[in-house]
Amino acid sequence: MTIPASEMEGHAVPPLGESEEGVAGKVAGRSPTQLAMARFRADKLSMISFYVSCFVVFAAVASPILVKIGVFDPDGLNQDKLNTDLGGIPHGAFGGVSWSHPLGLTPGNGEDLLSRLSFSMTYSLGIALTGTLITVLIGVVLGIISGFSGGFVDATVGRFIDLTLSFPQTMMLLALAAPTVLLIRKDVSELPLLGFLENPDLANGLFVVIILSAFGWPPVARVVRGQVLSIREREFIEAAKLIGASRKRLYFKEVLPNVWAPILVYTTLLIPAYISAEAAFSFLGVGIKPPTPTLGNILRDSVSWTTADPTYFFLPGIVLALTVVAFNLVGDGARDALDPKTHR
Amino acid sequence: MEELVAEAHAPSQLNPDAAPILEVENLQMYFPVRSHGLVRRVVGQVQAVDGVSFQLGAGSSLGLVGESGCGKSTTGRAITRLYEPTGGAIRFEGKDIARISPKNLKPIRRDIQMIFQDPYTSLNPRHTVGTIVGAPLEIHNLVPKDKVLPRVQEILEVVGLNPEHYNRYPHEFSGGQRQRIGIARALMLQPKLLVADEPVSALDVSIQAQVVNLLQDVQKEFGIAFLFIAHDLAIVRHFCPEIAVMYLGKIVEIADRETLYSRPHHPYTQALLSAVPDVRQAAVGGRRERIRLTGDVPSPINPPSGCRFRTRCSLAKEICAKVEPPLLQVGARHKVACHFPGELGHAPQTPVTTGICGVDAQGNTVAGQTADIQLNAPGYDTTWLDLATGQRTGA
Ligand SMILES: Nc1ncnc2c1ncn2[C@@H]1O[C@H](COP(=O)(O)OP(=O)(O)OP(=O)(O)O)[C@@H](O)[C@H]1O
Ligand code: SF4
Ligand SMILES: [Mg+2]
Repeated sequence: MTIPASEMEGHAVPPLGESEEGVAGKVAGRSPTQLAMARFRADKLSMISFYVSCFVVFAAVASPILVKIGVFDPDGLNQDKLNTDLGGIPHGAFGGVSWSHPLGLTPGNGEDLLSRLSFSMTYSLGIALTGTLITVLIGVVLGIISGFSGGFVDATVGRFIDLTLSFPQTMMLLALAAPTVLLIRKDVSELPLLGFLENPDLANGLFVVIILSAFGWPPVARVVRGQVLSIREREFIEAAKLIGASRKRLYFKEVLPNVWAPILVYTTLLIPAYISAEAAFSFLGVGIKPPTPTLGNILRDSVSWTTADPTYFFLPGIVLALTVVAFNLVGDGARDALDPKTHR
Repeated sequence: MEELVAEAHAPSQLNPDAAPILEVENLQMYFPVRSHGLVRRVVGQVQAVDGVSFQLGAGSSLGLVGESGCGKSTTGRAITRLYEPTGGAIRFEGKDIARISPKNLKPIRRDIQMIFQDPYTSLNPRHTVGTIVGAPLEIHNLVPKDKVLPRVQEILEVVGLNPEHYNRYPHEFSGGQRQRIGIARALMLQPKLLVADEPVSALDVSIQAQVVNLLQDVQKEFGIAFLFIAHDLAIVRHFCPEIAVMYLGKIVEIADRETLYSRPHHPYTQALLSAVPDVRQAAVGGRRERIRLTGDVPSPINPPSGCRFRTRCSLAKEICAKVEPPLLQVGARHKVACHFPGELGHAPQTPVTTGICGVDAQGNTVAGQTADIQLNAPGYDTTWLDLATGQRTGA
């Protein structure tokens, strides 16, 4: 698929001299991170995926602004542009593609599809990123503590992981959705500073984030724990203890920088996983509901128009697939760049 | 900068009157062996260090020598309190630090530092040299933040590195340079005692001498006491005026350099020494028989009864299996733990320890006799057992 990073390394990043006086005076110090970035940049596919991902993120950030200033109109109903005789199929070729509606209109409602898809990124990506952040945070903290402490703490966290993994996640999700969202909207929103949760979209989004993080952290914790287990045996940890480093310093200054690589890789791979998970949830009817657009609920609506309006059926699917693939390839590229030893 | 193969400095000399900065008495370090499975019961103990005693004068250096796995590193790590010892006392400047809680260790960290064996794992690969060497100052809040860098550069210069390289990462340096970084970090807190755990065994032979010379320089300049750990007798000979030989968690012989190298009394020391090339002997054309140690080092989980060396000792007799030989003082600065101590080829026919241990020549307990003097105290007595006469004598 891609050029193995390790082969690139020889050309892009010549190893520095090894002799006792080998380090020449002028070469600036390059951290392992800088070396990895150079490797990443040398990989074309990773860079393309990176640009696509950046574009998606840009769309997610810009859409709310564009909606506010009236450029995008995700839920304005353009009934006049629909062919009511054909059950609401938009007039014109490819689902009503025109200058004012570059991706056409949604059949039935006549909303602008570009606006909806773009704005859906705000919610889908928002949920995926928030979920990833919380997942990684829980996983990293528990992983470091359990790996470093060992013994009883480690065993307890291990049991907790097993318990979480054996939970019937999908059942929980479907069964708990309605009551939990209600609870969030009615009671949690009473708490100080949490008033915004009365908004049904935010409450639904929060529920999805909670479910994703609550069941997503164990693999992160396991990966981090495994890394920490090998790192805590290295002598620089003992050296740090010897100079009197506190526990906090050991965890976050000595250990954490050394597990950044797998954490970063896992994070970049978690984002696309959560984007598709969110889409799947919405598809199942859990999560943010129309008219607020998410990739999942657009997709859910589009399947009923498979033959009548194929453009509407395919476009959301393609956007979702592209987004997920792009983020995944960035994650793969990051893994190759950070660990040139792994071959595929 | 030095030439590739640096000339050796003069050997360090012993100052017998130096006040002891470190006294280790009967140090024990056991590691529990746990069963696998859900309930991890303790099924045994690795007796990594079992009853080690010695004394180290301020500004002096003691070599700790022995084969791999005999407990040298464990001794060093217990003294620096990376481990909490199972038993015994570690008196640093008269204060027992063996039982101090981790919280109260911080001030002691300033005085006791360590140089690690592996320059490739002892430096955090994600930190710059400046961060690594400056960390001790930051942690102990010794100087204001803007004074850290000048101090770092100063110390880098002392250990022979370019002070402008402070923003480099460890992977940009060679093994020898990395070891210098480790030395710089250890020196940063101006310690009084440095535990050097095989500081040069991971290095190229051509670079070993440079690093040893550097250690000798800093010892002289800052008056640091060294516990120098090595697995062969060649390197410590130069560095340490006093040397202890360890076998399977115990000290079997401890003496000043001249005695240990010219008149070793323990069969194990003699075997170790026969592996060291001797310049003087080569000069007179003599050849020394190489004593081969056969068999493996027994497991420290289940060490042999009596003398731990008996499974590999050519002199072993009945008593060796029954009675553990005490570390007996046989000279002004010479102790040996063997029932038949003597120079190579001149071992006594009968055990010299029967009276002290309260046993007969076969190692059976003699009714009415009890073990005599208290042994295993650090340091030396003013009187000792003269092997030639069998009497206690003094200087
Ligand atoms: N943390 C530990 N847990 C269990 N056993 C240990 C531990 N550390 C050391 N040991 C055991 O204690 C014994 C002594 O180990 P130590 O590292 O002190 O040997 P050493 O003399 O330094 O050897 P080397 O020359 O290989 O460094 C070995 O048998 C080792 O397996
Ligand atoms: S006590 Fe016995 S076995 Fe041990 S070294 Fe001396 S002679 Fe050998
Ligand atoms: Mg060791």
